[in-house]
Amino acid sequence: MKADPTSIPSRHDGPPHPLWLRMTHWLNALAVLIMVMSGWRIYNASPLFDFTFPAGITLGGWLGGALQWHFAGMWLLIINGLVYLCLCLSTGRMARRLFPVTPRGVLADARRALAGHLDHSDPRRYNQVQRAAYLFAILDLVLVVLSGLVVWKSVQFPMLRELFGGYDAARLIHFYGMAAIVAFVAGHATMALLVPRSLLAMLSGGPRPPRSDKEIAP
Amino acid sequence: MSLFSPWHKDNAEAVAAEARDLLRRQLPQASRRRFLARGLTLGGLSLLSGCVIDDNASAEAALTRISRINDWVQGRLFDPSLLAPTYPDSMITRPFPFNAFYDEDMAPRIDAGDFRLEVAGLVAHKRPWSLPELRALPRYSQVTRHICVEGWSAIGKWGGPRLSDFLHMIGADLNARYVGVHCADGYYTSIDMATALHPQTLIALDWDDRPLPPKYGFPMKLRIPTKLGYKNPKHIQAIFVSNTFNRGYWEDQGYNWFGGS
Repeated sequence: MKADPTSIPSRHDGPPHPLWLRMTHWLNALAVLIMVMSGWRIYNASPLFDFTFPAGITLGGWLGGALQWHFAGMWLLIINGLVYLCLCLSTGRMARRLFPVTPRGVLADARRALAGHLDHSDPRRYNQVQRAAYLFAILDLVLVVLSGLVVWKSVQFPMLRELFGGYDAARLIHFYGMAAIVAFVAGHATMALLVPRSLLAMLSGGPRPPRSDKEIAP
Repeated sequence: MSLFSPWHKDNAEAVAAEARDLLRRQLPQASRRRFLARGLTLGGLSLLSGCVIDDNASAEAALTRISRINDWVQGRLFDPSLLAPTYPDSMITRPFPFNAFYDEDMAPRIDAGDFRLEVAGLVAHKRPWSLPELRALPRYSQVTRHICVEGWSAIGKWGGPRLSDFLHMIGADLNARYVGVHCADGYYTSIDMATALHPQTLIALDWDDRPLPPKYGFPMKLRIPTKLGYKNPKHIQAIFVSNTFNRGYWEDQGYNWFGGS
């Protein structure tokens, strides 16, 4: 019996960005916003470096309020992050969209991007600079969560504490991890505004594959 | 201290209610309002997240609930047999930082001879303890890291009897939930019984092998290396075992109650 190709369910039938991805993306954005802004307020209570963050761009009003936000936001960041990672791995999206990525490929795509030759017509296909950047964001968030666990519970997580080189080192790594995620967000938001189609796709899911393609398939 | 008299009553419920009432009066309404107002100025967040959180009071209530959940999580995470790391004497932070809700010259001066540690609540023996009696208990010394809720940390050396030994001596109900303390500087806090019985939780009488100087809490402080600095009260005057008194000076203003490390 010959199968009708239009009836074969394909994972490529859906929108480029399925609903679970868009939801975890925006919840993650909210979690990162809460964590960074409340984290700046906590930093201000005992600055590591010779500067503090302007109170107006922090969250919580004072140390106690910022800590409440930080330790509430952490649940959103961790739970949403785990849901994202589970779905991203189990659906194969991670392997499909974020790999392969090679240093040579990233450099080549970066050169193309600077020359204005990158093609953004297919929101299903990330160029290698995107792949590297998104993988960096994922790994950095994992680093920030783990170093944060050491800062929060340095006695209760002894192995993690030693892995990060002790309480004070974990605190520094937690700060640098924050700086890296802020740098990523700055670049990511800039690119989204330069290519509004990508921003719209993260809101609506992006253009569905045209049905007519399937009907004329042999 | 007016707070002590109710602590001698046997009925823990009544004691806690009375203490709560007194403390509510002690914590001025203005500071609660300040927490509401400045605690939750949402800055840019309300603009970005729209209507998600537009009511300060309900946001505060939600955050407080989550903080209670975090108390529970920390209670579950707490491993009574896990020890905080210890360090060699050479790593002691000198000078060790002074930290309190007042300036160093405001630290209370307690007369060693007059000092009596009051004991109250769910305990069998409520007689007060003098300093020599406390010093006669088995003494332990440890160099541990003091971690402040602000983020900084410093390594210090504290010595004195274990709180668990003391609780056994006074016939405390070890199934009670909380051990509360009241201090000469008006500070008060409370800890979970599991932490009170932890082998590193000391009634610190010494700092760096000498009697605690006034700035570090003479004549006694609780040294709890598994908890943040604000759970390490100084100038303790009374210890109180109860099932109800889970409050604290900073905790009542929004710091997490468990405050574990």
